Amino acid sequence: MVVGLESWTLARPELFLAAVTALLLIYGVVRGEASTAFVAVSTSAALLVTAVLLFMPYREGTAFASLFIVDRLTTTMKALVLVGAAVTVLMSRAYFEQAKAWRFEYPLLVALATLGMMLMISANDLMALYVGLELQSLALYVVAAFQRDSIRSTEAGVKYFVLGSVASGMLLFGASLIYGFCGGTAFVEISKALIDGKGAEAGVIIGLVFVVAGLAFKVSAVPFHMWTPDVYEGAPTPVTALFAVAPKIAAMSLLVSVLMGPFKPLFAQWQQIIVAASVLSMALGAFAALRQQNIKRLMAYSSIGNVGYILLGLASGSEKGIQAVVFYLAIYLVMTLGVFATILLMKRRGVMVEGIGDLSGLARSHPMMAFALLLFMFSLAGIPPLAGFWGKLYIFMAAVEAKLYWPAVLGVLASVVASYYYLRIVKVMYFDEPAAEALDQPVFGVNRVVAFASAVLVAVFSLAPQPLSVVAAAAAKGLFP
Amino acid sequence: MVIGLGHYLFVAAVLFTLGILGIFLNRKNVIVILMCVELMLLAVNINLVAFSVFQGNVVGQVFAMLVLTVAAAEAAIGLAILVVYFRNRGTIEVEDINAMKG
Repeated sequence: MVVGLESWTLARPELFLAAVTALLLIYGVVRGEASTAFVAVSTSAALLVTAVLLFMPYREGTAFASLFIVDRLTTTMKALVLVGAAVTVLMSRAYFEQAKAWRFEYPLLVALATLGMMLMISANDLMALYVGLELQSLALYVVAAFQRDSIRSTEAGVKYFVLGSVASGMLLFGASLIYGFCGGTAFVEISKALIDGKGAEAGVIIGLVFVVAGLAFKVSAVPFHMWTPDVYEGAPTPVTALFAVAPKIAAMSLLVSVLMGPFKPLFAQWQQIIVAASVLSMALGAFAALRQQNIKRLMAYSSIGNVGYILLGLASGSEKGIQAVVFYLAIYLVMTLGVFATILLMKRRGVMVEGIGDLSGLARSHPMMAFALLLFMFSLAGIPPLAGFWGKLYIFMAAVEAKLYWPAVLGVLASVVASYYYLRIVKVMYFDEPAAEALDQPVFGVNRVVAFASAVLVAVFSLAPQPLSVVAAAAAKGLFP
Repeated sequence: MVIGLGHYLFVAAVLFTLGILGIFLNRKNVIVILMCVELMLLAVNINLVAFSVFQGNVVGQVFAMLVLTVAAAEAAIGLAILVVYFRNRGTIEVEDINAMKG
């Protein structure tokens, strides 16, 4: 129980990020608006340095009286979250400058949210889980409403706040019941109590249901998805890009480590919940997106569908399943960043547009951009041999091995339906008559680089998924010692 | 009559349900929603403290302290977001929060 030096070295990346954020906050307050560009670049750099610190040197273990755990899985997930956050901070400048909301608080809030995500990924105790989750959520509520003179952005903030606090409340209520019936908040104690037969008590099951509901909200799984389309559409586009990657990966990692960790003895109980949420998410993600005209809203439904596939991997509860989850999350990160970088390039006379119709004839005016978007859409649709196909393949293989035949079949069918709206975007770009006025020629900038790099990475993962799947397998091993 | 753990849990469950119902049935004002969220969190605190006392285990009280702190931060942020929203729309009626639909 000694909080020795070992604890501090294990939490070194988090401590580094917290210290840099605090220093940059002071700098920003002293220098005022003029510091924004510097703070943004430094924050991104700090996030990337934090990602490097995770691996140099790589350590495993528990710290702070086992409130905090570091293993292969948490390290991999943190690296994905950090890269996602760093890239979205870099991508945001042009958008916020145009919206006259380019303030130094934005990158710092993202850094604080990322710190919260790292804490919740590493949580090994219900208290640590709750505090990490709230640090993340509170910062993200503000970020959603960051464009404060826009009705849509502030409305997104209100909606996200209200529904997010309900979810936190439910999670907390579940946590209190689990604490009461298991006699402790540490994951080790919970797991021990459940193995000793406390799992049969109704209080524990009710608590588990509440905790899963709260976390399902954070990953926007059906039936807790209602906030997603509105928040994705209303929030400033770079914020939507952030929401689509970092918090989703972090919450999914938390869901995996809670369900596969302390609640492993209740596998039979939670598997049904997760399968139901997974099938519903895949179906809703496929059908509700069919008639969307706004590309951000479309991406919201697409992300709900993707969460459904990832949950299917979790529901299989095997090492293969978790490997598939990590693999899918990494590919999802790359594809989503690419799509949002392209969306941020969609401008007409300097004004951002986000309708799908605005893409018409893109192949003629912007062949490179259209090709990149085509690659992302084919990959999201899961067309072989693109990266998204390998992700889905691993998930379905794990599900079939776990004898989840019907959910896997429904997943394949949902993915066929979903490919309709991904391919519709390709059809609009390549075969529709060009709009009266073409989109602006994008200037060279971060978003072009990100779109290009994502396209290259999708191509690399399509041709050689093996290295990534080895990394994912190593991460999954962390849960199955 | 001896007041046992069950009574405390019952009160907490009733308060929590009231909080959730208040959020979903309320058609008037967003401030009421904020109050309902607080009610949910306080119901959880009753749970935590009751469990803590009846088990002779101090962890629940520590947890309750953390929840109180977070609830304060959450209320502050919620009100701040409401203020910016009010400046744009001039209303915080729940029925008016509908700029986006789908």
